[in-house]
Amino acid sequence: MRAGVDEGGADEGGRTRAGRSRRRTRQRLAADAALLALAAAFAVPLLWLLLASVDTQADLRVRVPGSATLDNFSAILTPDITFTPMLNSLLLCGSSTLLTVACAALAAYPLSRYRSRLARPYLLTILFTTCLPITAIMVPVYGLFVQVNLIDTMYGTALFLATSQLPFAIWLMKNFMDGVPITLEEAAWTDGASMPQTLVRVVLPLMGPGVTVVTIYTFIMLWGNFFVPFMLLLSPDRLPASVSIFTFFGNYGSVVYGQLAAFSILYSTPVLLMYVLIARRLGGGFALAGAVKG
Amino acid sequence: MSRLSASAATGRRRKRAVRWLPIAPATLLLLLFLAGPIGYCVYIAFTDMRLTGSSAVDFVGFANFRRAFADPAFRNAVWLTLVFTVLSSLVGQNTLGLALAALMRRASRPVRTVTGALVITAWVLPEIVAAFLLYAFFRREGTLNAILDRLHLPAQNWLFTLPVLAVSFANVWRGTAFSMLIYSAALAEIPKDIEEAAEVDGASGARRFWHITLPMIRRSIGTNLMLNTLQTLSVFGLIWAMTRGGPGDRSQTLPVFMYDQAFLKSLIGYGTAVALLLLLVGSLFSVVYLRLMKVDV
Repeated sequence: MRAGVDEGGADEGGRTRAGRSRRRTRQRLAADAALLALAAAFAVPLLWLLLASVDTQADLRVRVPGSATLDNFSAILTPDITFTPMLNSLLLCGSSTLLTVACAALAAYPLSRYRSRLARPYLLTILFTTCLPITAIMVPVYGLFVQVNLIDTMYGTALFLATSQLPFAIWLMKNFMDGVPITLEEAAWTDGASMPQTLVRVVLPLMGPGVTVVTIYTFIMLWGNFFVPFMLLLSPDRLPASVSIFTFFGNYGSVVYGQLAAFSILYSTPVLLMYVLIARRLGGGFALAGAVKG
Repeated sequence: MSRLSASAATGRRRKRAVRWLPIAPATLLLLLFLAGPIGYCVYIAFTDMRLTGSSAVDFVGFANFRRAFADPAFRNAVWLTLVFTVLSSLVGQNTLGLALAALMRRASRPVRTVTGALVITAWVLPEIVAAFLLYAFFRREGTLNAILDRLHLPAQNWLFTLPVLAVSFANVWRGTAFSMLIYSAALAEIPKDIEEAAEVDGASGARRFWHITLPMIRRSIGTNLMLNTLQTLSVFGLIWAMTRGGPGDRSQTLPVFMYDQAFLKSLIGYGTAVALLLLLVGSLFSVVYLRLMKVDV
């Protein structure tokens, strides 16, 4: 069929090609228009966020402020509203991300390098766990944490957060590690390097981009997590930004919406920037691997 | 001789055990903080544990489950979860994601970039921020009504009149990027010449899409539907921040119902039984998903 088209292209090719390219242009314009309409729908709530953050009189409607000010930002830059929750978020998410990435890298190494009858069932279990709704086990987790006195502790919450991201991190890390050729390691082995040395000095540097993706992805997921700290932390001075934004501003009615918007921007910016760093590597293939988290 | 080979075998086994040692920390965490709570979940679901009051916990068999199936509030939650899942995941995210991906292949580069950036920003934003933005959008004095006013259409308090619809739209706004990414990758893998051949044969755009594109990406569709559904089943923060399950119980999906029973009504046993049902549905979907993916590990 293709051959026929190519042969026929000799005499009438000019006309059909012109027709086709005109049709292509028309199609492109239609697609552009449709996409722009959809994009506008997605943009409206974001537009409210931006405009309200620089408007001290902001209400719930998208409105261009009379004069743009940074008053909202200066009003919320206090230890109570911004600094403590952000610091808590950083401590909580930073420590659990480190733990997740370290455990995932260690676990991925034997899974990627050695053969065993247990490797396949183990990985299938891991993959199965990535899909489980973590939300559903929060009630028993709360019960357990009360009994073992981990409730309202930062480290307890960090341990649980780390575990909740661990299955997907192991799965990703193992796939990235599979892409690193084994020959260099064999050279290291012959030079008498131990397994931890090989992992830290040879394998991990070679899969630097992969480790970065796992780290940042884990951090983004944890940074936005609301339910886990909402359940497991109680003291106001330990709450991360995801929960404090809810408790500070959740009492609708007397809310200063401009300040809420300003805080939302401060809280969201780190993860948006981080996403940009890894965006190129996050294709559909990555998403397909099971980026499912509640 | 035989003793020697036996000790060699032990040595080899020990060496092999040491090789697999790095898996221990991760396994320990998973057992303590994931398998443990799941086991505990199964246990509590069969007891009458309460948050307050008596410390004695009795085994009550299937009473919690019988109670759930007889409870109109539970059936309401199941129904709302179904509506929420079908509307936001099956219809909304999935279809819109596919439409976005298909349109993006035809659109010009700047439009594609801008749209992609906006859709993905909505996805990367923390859940609670997304909830506030959509809350502002749907409130009586919010942007949606302002737009409707302009168009001389009747305005209403969406979070009061149609709370499920509002939270479903919020979930579509927040979650469509995931489907879009999956479908973009799937569409990019369709060989160019197949589409061109159909175009030369004179098949119209819609027919090409229905008879060629869709069958070729059917595995991605399956995977995407599974993952979307699993994700939607466990949405809590978005709904809680927008409506708290209300007004009344009219946007109370299963996770919200579970939270409400366990913590606000102090019925830990009952709330956990509901959680266990949710977990079972989730596991079922996970298994189907693993079969669909035919994972090669």
